[in-house]
Amino acid sequence: MNDTPISSMVWVLGGSFIGSFGALFLKIGAGKLKSSLKSVITNWRLGLGIAFYLFSSVFFLLGVRKGELSVLYPMVSLGSVWTLVWSKLVLGEPFTRPKFIALGMILCGIAFLGMGTR
Amino acid sequence: MSTNSVSIPSQAPDKAQQRRSFLLVVCCTIIGAAAQILIKKGADTLGGNPTMVQTALAMVLNPALLAGFSMYGVSMVLLVMALRHGELSLLYPVFALTYVWVAILSVLILHESMNAFKLAGIAIIVGGIAVLGKGSSA
Repeated sequence: MNDTPISSMVWVLGGSFIGSFGALFLKIGAGKLKSSLKSVITNWRLGLGIAFYLFSSVFFLLGVRKGELSVLYPMVSLGSVWTLVWSKLVLGEPFTRPKFIALGMILCGIAFLGMGTR
Repeated sequence: MSTNSVSIPSQAPDKAQQRRSFLLVVCCTIIGAAAQILIKKGADTLGGNPTMVQTALAMVLNPALLAGFSMYGVSMVLLVMALRHGELSLLYPVFALTYVWVAILSVLILHESMNAFKLAGIAIIVGGIAVLGKGSSA
């Protein structure tokens, strides 16, 4: 269980952190969309969100080449935890008990899936 | 906190809209998982050590890869539509469903094995999403 290199963890954690900004900017951009094509093309927040996503996937690819998926998979989904924090700080969405329970279950389930995958 | 919040017109969505957003993200995860399987299938035909050029060409010429990446694009559009209404902190974790579909499709299409760990993982994730689903319509 201990053959996940630290470098893999750093890549994946970095990717999850960057990806969470992707989610945040997509959300802010989506909220400013209007029904014209121009509003889609000139929406720099959407563009930035997509760029963050693409950038994060490079980190994930580099990260999951080596190591245990049972360790790395939950780290990928730690992005949900960062996103929960940005949602509160930037968007003013409330922390609620179901959100914490659901997130805990999801992380736990993903760890199990990772254990079964290798 | 509300003073430095970004003001978004669709901040207080009604319940029907919130549920629609939730279902849209679920659709997203299905399409995203299918995309991953297609990309895996396409990547397998690339052989051991493809060059950058071979990889770039294959992304356009290989039907499985092309379909896979196009479906990623479609799921991104659906995600943006979903995010227009509804809370990010409720919708984003639903993305974990992608893992569930990939695990199921890997067994069905790529003939990987199913085991107790995978089954338990799938059950717990689905349970977690159900909690979020209840939260989004409550």
